[in-house]
Amino acid sequence: MSILFENARLIDPATGQDSVGRLRVDDGHITDPGPADTTIDCQGFCLAPGIVDLGVKVCEPGERHKESYKSAGLAAAAGGVTTMVTRPDTVPAIDSPETLTFAMRRAADVCAVNVHAMATLTKGRLGREMAEIGFLQDAGAVAFTDCDAVVADTKILGRALSYVQQLGGLVVGHPQDPGLSDGAAATSGAFATVRGLPAVPAMAERMGLDRDLAMVEMTGVAYHADQITTARALAALDRAKANGLDVTAGTSIHHVTLTEDHVEDYRTFFKVKPPLRSEDDRRAIVQALADGRIDTLSSFHTPQDEESKRLPFEEAASGAVGLETLLPAALSLVHGGAMDLPTLFRALSLNPARRLGLPGGSLAPGAPADLVLFDPDIAFTLDRTKLLSKSKNTPFDGSDMRGRVLGTWVAGQRVFTP
Amino acid sequence: MTDSLTHLLGIAPLSPAHITSILDLADRYVDLNRRQVKRSDALAGRTQVNMFFENSTRTLVSFEVAGKRLGADVINMAMQTSSIKKGETLVDTALTLNAMHPDLLVVRHPHSGAVELLAQKVNCAVLNAGDGRHEHPTQALLDALTIRRAKGRLDGLTVAICGDIAHSRVARSNLILLQKMGSTVRLVGPPTLVPTGLGADVFHDMETGLKDADVVMMLRLQKERMDGGFIPSEREYYHRFGLDADKMTHAKPDAIVMHPAPMNRGVEIDGELADDLTRSVIQEQVEMGVAVRMAAMDLLMQGRAAKPDGVMV
Repeated sequence: MSILFENARLIDPATGQDSVGRLRVDDGHITDPGPADTTIDCQGFCLAPGIVDLGVKVCEPGERHKESYKSAGLAAAAGGVTTMVTRPDTVPAIDSPETLTFAMRRAADVCAVNVHAMATLTKGRLGREMAEIGFLQDAGAVAFTDCDAVVADTKILGRALSYVQQLGGLVVGHPQDPGLSDGAAATSGAFATVRGLPAVPAMAERMGLDRDLAMVEMTGVAYHADQITTARALAALDRAKANGLDVTAGTSIHHVTLTEDHVEDYRTFFKVKPPLRSEDDRRAIVQALADGRIDTLSSFHTPQDEESKRLPFEEAASGAVGLETLLPAALSLVHGGAMDLPTLFRALSLNPARRLGLPGGSLAPGAPADLVLFDPDIAFTLDRTKLLSKSKNTPFDGSDMRGRVLGTWVAGQRVFTP
Repeated sequence: MTDSLTHLLGIAPLSPAHITSILDLADRYVDLNRRQVKRSDALAGRTQVNMFFENSTRTLVSFEVAGKRLGADVINMAMQTSSIKKGETLVDTALTLNAMHPDLLVVRHPHSGAVELLAQKVNCAVLNAGDGRHEHPTQALLDALTIRRAKGRLDGLTVAICGDIAHSRVARSNLILLQKMGSTVRLVGPPTLVPTGLGADVFHDMETGLKDADVVMMLRLQKERMDGGFIPSEREYYHRFGLDADKMTHAKPDAIVMHPAPMNRGVEIDGELADDLTRSVIQEQVEMGVAVRMAAMDLLMQGRAAKPDGVMV
């Protein structure tokens, strides 16, 4: 079945296009404009390649009460996310081809959006023994990561990186010095001191990145830093890219829209990992995202139930849900003048797809018809109880936001209608 | 009279008028406590529950004595041996207790912000008896009362807070209170134990830190921090930062010495100096503690009485 999107404000990060036009979709792919079975009048709203969200936690296996593939798939479609790249920090961790196959089968059964899985780099994310990287790759793992568990033993890390390099895989690292960040709930500085919270210096991110980059130089592996959130780490990233290392970096929506001051009186929905930073850091990261030094922007969707958040700040679990708030939160960067829409979608869709070797992220003929239609301006107040995620732990509850998804298509099939 | 208190979670939310009204009432309770019959019925018929999630003898006894002298029914819950061990969360414990209609919860907890969390979940008044590294308001109030009685005022003084400031809720509450009341606070200690961002002048040696101070407030160095991790050794710490008569010569001749106790004699303070009643007000601090807690609890209950039942502010 073919569809013609008419009167659409086409946002194509691959070409920088932002202009009203037509887009035709046939047999799951974008084609040159022409007659079609159905026509959709987009009324001048934005049509962009669907978001490729790199680093989504779906809590299967193990904690399905927090988020299942079904609920995550619905939330993703509602948020304009057409591809979820999932994290392996489940219980148990996705560190064997059997677990990976189980998760992929669950996703295929109930998710209307694309799902690609990352697998762990080491068994149980314990940093002691390599996972079955080859088998995992054969089973479909698109990248290897121990998520926020930093492999402290550099001998083990070096071997794992060499192994992945030889297989042509991608490693996703969490740049953080494990010693300095141990037990931390906030970033060192006036906020943490006054609130009496154990804190990690911002420098710990630079140290972790420097170490990882040295290991990348040593092994030649393709490396993506999951979240760069501090100004100090940017220089190290620039240097590595200038030196020709196969390195990219991402950041999280929460670190470009919120700061540590939002935590106020120990509001645990604002506890994320790494902890929220200062306003200076936030600005630096937004700038780096705008000028392309940081490649990807993701939600780091991390569902937590009320019980894990309704605790004293130090004891409370880290993470925030983000599939449904990623786009409106990210649009605040456009409304604030930090970047234009094609630049935003370069970070949301094009770059993550490219980095993982997935099709998508552009509106070019031949690309998969993974699309999001949205009104970038409409204002609303977020009500967390309305989220489709099973967990409602969003820091944006009660926030005034702008931007609403009007439709989501995956391979030409409509998967969301408001 | 200033607007009434509903909880006492820290010094930060208090106005100077609040602080003054607590101290004024505490002065009256000091007189009561020195009589042979030390009895008031300000809290008669009220139920006070002391919930201590962290070990404490002195503070717990001080709150118990204070409550009993005001005529409250006082219950001590040793939280370390109770339901918490069975896995109950703080919020569930609070809800359970709340259903028994206490009037006042006095709470100590090892984590910053925990008392505030609990206060959000109950209908009665909550008094923070120390949460993590955050605040310990009654300690700051009793220190303020001690200073005011010794110096006659709380403004225009120079107060040196010395020692382990990084891990101290006492230091934070005192800093906030003294700055609110118009005094100058200095923080003195090794860089490993003095954090940045507290908005006071920092000194890393006792000589300049104590120079012309009116008050020298020592903090307890906790055992687990004594070796290797934060300081090289006990004896080096005592040599550089322990308070003795020599170091006191840098302060004003009439400067007073304070310590929240319990003390480590020979670690942060010389035993003889601590016992020198011409300079040390450490025993008086303990006495003021009971009076200040009586005043704070009395005012909390008065604040609550002014509001209809069940209304939370």
